[in-house]
Amino acid sequence: MAMSAAEIEGMIRAALPDAQVTITDLAGDGDHYAAHVASASFAGMSRVQQHKLVYDALGGRMGGALHALQLTTAVPNS
Amino acid sequence: MTKQELNESLAMSDVNQRISDIVNGHDVVLFMKGTPLFPQCGFSNRAVAILDHCGVAFESVDVLQDMEVRQGIKNFSDWPTIPQLYVKGEFVGGSDIMMEMFEAGELQQLLDDKQVAQAS
Repeated sequence: MAMSAAEIEGMIRAALPDAQVTITDLAGDGDHYAAHVASASFAGMSRVQQHKLVYDALGGRMGGALHALQLTTAVPNS
Repeated sequence: MTKQELNESLAMSDVNQRISDIVNGHDVVLFMKGTPLFPQCGFSNRAVAILDHCGVAFESVDVLQDMEVRQGIKNFSDWPTIPQLYVKGEFVGGSDIMMEMFEAGELQQLLDDKQVAQAS
């Protein structure tokens, strides 16, 4: 079951309300996405912790419904 | 605990021990889909390419050959996807983090800091 870009963005924003989320549909097939997520919540976290926060926001879909999500995270420039 | 739950729990600790032995038995371990010569997934392919570019010798584990490890490795690191990179027993990340670290020069730095052997 593929997910739409809007669903992915919505789930991330629900967990990280301040997040700037940019989703790119890499193959145009609704199944291979790249997501860039910038949030102040990431401050002081390791990359692994930042990515886990986003994976948690996606509620277990990562690796399941979402096979191909390239993820990059950042703390927004103040 | 029912007998089935007990068996599942024992099987899980067994696979955890196997994974622990693997990640502690080699400086650099990549759990991936397929082999370095024939990766079966674009993300695994990218992870191999990054390690090759760093010139580091690594052990690879093909999770497609072992369903227990395929699921077990996700529990082991609390990380939902494969590939997964371990350096000196520590979980480093998946292919996205490897790429971010590689581009920032941090991956090479980590390998140097941990005094990991170069590929011969």
